[in-house]
Amino acid sequence: MIKVTRSSVIDAPIERVWAVLRDFNSHTAWHAIVAESAIENGEPSDQVGCVRNFTLKDGNHIREQLLALSDEDHVSTYCILDATLPMQRYVATVRLKKVTDGNRTFWHWESTFDVPRGREREFAELVGKGVYEAGFEGLRSYLRQSRAAPAPAPRRSARGAIRSSAIVIGRHGGADELKLAEIDVFPPGPGEARLRQTAIGVNYIDLYVRTGHYPLVSLPGVPGMEAAGEVIDVGEGVTGILPGDRVAYACPPPGAYAQYRTLKAAELVVLPEAIGDEAAAALMLKGMSAEYLVRRSYRVEGGDFVLVHSAAGGVGLLLCQWAKHLGATVIGTVSTEAKARAARAAGCDHPIVTTQDDFVARTREITGGRGVVVAYDGVGRDTLAGSLEALAAPGHLVSYGQSSGAPEPPPLAALSAKSVTFSRPVLFHYTADPARLREMAGNVFDLVARGALRAGIGQRFPLADAARAHRELEARRTIGASVLAP
Amino acid sequence: MIKVYTSSIIEAPADAVWAQVRDFNGLPKWTPFVAESRIEGGEPADKVGCIRNFRLKDGGVIREQLLTLSDYDFQCTYSILESPMGVENYVATLKLTPVTDGNRTFAEWSAEFDCVPEREQALAQNIGQGVFQAAFNSLKQLVR
Repeated sequence: MIKVTRSSVIDAPIERVWAVLRDFNSHTAWHAIVAESAIENGEPSDQVGCVRNFTLKDGNHIREQLLALSDEDHVSTYCILDATLPMQRYVATVRLKKVTDGNRTFWHWESTFDVPRGREREFAELVGKGVYEAGFEGLRSYLRQSRAAPAPAPRRSARGAIRSSAIVIGRHGGADELKLAEIDVFPPGPGEARLRQTAIGVNYIDLYVRTGHYPLVSLPGVPGMEAAGEVIDVGEGVTGILPGDRVAYACPPPGAYAQYRTLKAAELVVLPEAIGDEAAAALMLKGMSAEYLVRRSYRVEGGDFVLVHSAAGGVGLLLCQWAKHLGATVIGTVSTEAKARAARAAGCDHPIVTTQDDFVARTREITGGRGVVVAYDGVGRDTLAGSLEALAAPGHLVSYGQSSGAPEPPPLAALSAKSVTFSRPVLFHYTADPARLREMAGNVFDLVARGALRAGIGQRFPLADAARAHRELEARRTIGASVLAP
Repeated sequence: MIKVYTSSIIEAPADAVWAQVRDFNGLPKWTPFVAESRIEGGEPADKVGCIRNFRLKDGGVIREQLLTLSDYDFQCTYSILESPMGVENYVATLKLTPVTDGNRTFAEWSAEFDCVPEREQALAQNIGQGVFQAAFNSLKQLVR
């Protein structure tokens, strides 16, 4: 039995390092030896028991299973199931510890395994140097990249504009209407800032902008409401935001699906160290939505029973985590077993697979016949009537989305039958006030720093593949947030 | 029960750092705030159960007992028997882990104790930064 141990120090806060390492499929983004990797059976990449199936650039093929994951202790343990290398009983543990002096991270990587006699040194070297030491370097580069590091010099055109790749909609319609093109991004005017974007969030509203259901862009136009990046330059009169700042936003008008963008500086939030660019792009719009849903539309309290539809969706996973953090019992609806597991891992106490169970009946059962005090319904047409039925009296019905189609308004008599407070909130009305925007973003970042909320990125696509991202979202195949990389 | 945790990276091999900190009577050497120290009863400074009696540069006297010592894990645990700090049930652990990348040391110092609620924040700050981090900084100079 060989034991290989390597350790290093990463100059980044432990939350940022852990956010990457806890994702069992992230190694394709930062480990140079990995060619391709995928999690089998569409399971979430932080689900204990999931299997990553990957090939190395040298042609070898490996399947590894995640055995243990602890967000509290920052530990991940996994083993090789099979491999084209003669390694047996390989079990490895990654452990992170916070270095309080300098807010850095200590990374300890250790494994035990057997190899054919005489080849111990060869494999100790292969694993120790080729995998672990190379991994330290790889992650370091990866983290440096998404910080204000030297970026490729932008190509310029007339009047100081930057030539930027972007997804442009020529006409409204299906995912095929999302086409990669080049646009000019002009220097910032008074009150504006120009960004080099590093991560773009995909949201349901992007689908409605694309189909024309929400007439928010004049054609040809660029969709997208959310992104993170680095400020390149700022216009006259801008205070509080400087070139080089790492920022993110979630606001109208659409235009985020681009490599560069000029927009109002008042919409930008400066990111704390602990939140990476990718995490910000996954968290701003959905996180602030969860914030107003559980703190403003209805203030969730400890002991409350709450119902969350699409509990494994982008907003859904955050609602489960936040409501749990506030002490509620969370009932959630999902469409598959894999999503049920993801929702449960996010704090959903009772995930209901709607293809198998009637959520209204199950909710009554779980609440002892009383019903839930609040139902967060982002699905709309298919669920709103049921959400109303599942409420206790008095109850709160918060209709914040319509992934299945616009809902029929509930008749007033149905509301008075149970003293229902019905709301149809829109995030941007809350964030239009700059002070409230900062408060809401701050609350999201605070919970992330405390480990109560995670970005939950389930899917990553290059910007050029935005159409595929939309197709996956529409087909209900996604779990958690989807992020585009320009 | 409050928990304080301070950690740092010391640019020296772990066994060299351990040689300094394993000496339970060595505080005057590697911390900036201890004037003098002795082990009661003339016992060896690495004997589990021995008690160090030391005077701070500001005059206070503290007695601490060595509870565990492991040369294998580079770890020791001790408790406060008497001190002017106003803490009770104070147990601390000092642990070193080699950092293979660069042949340096990851040092962790943690303590758990009870005190009156009004003093929690100030004590946590004093112990975490004023004692543990200050000692690490001094240790870094010593083993450079």
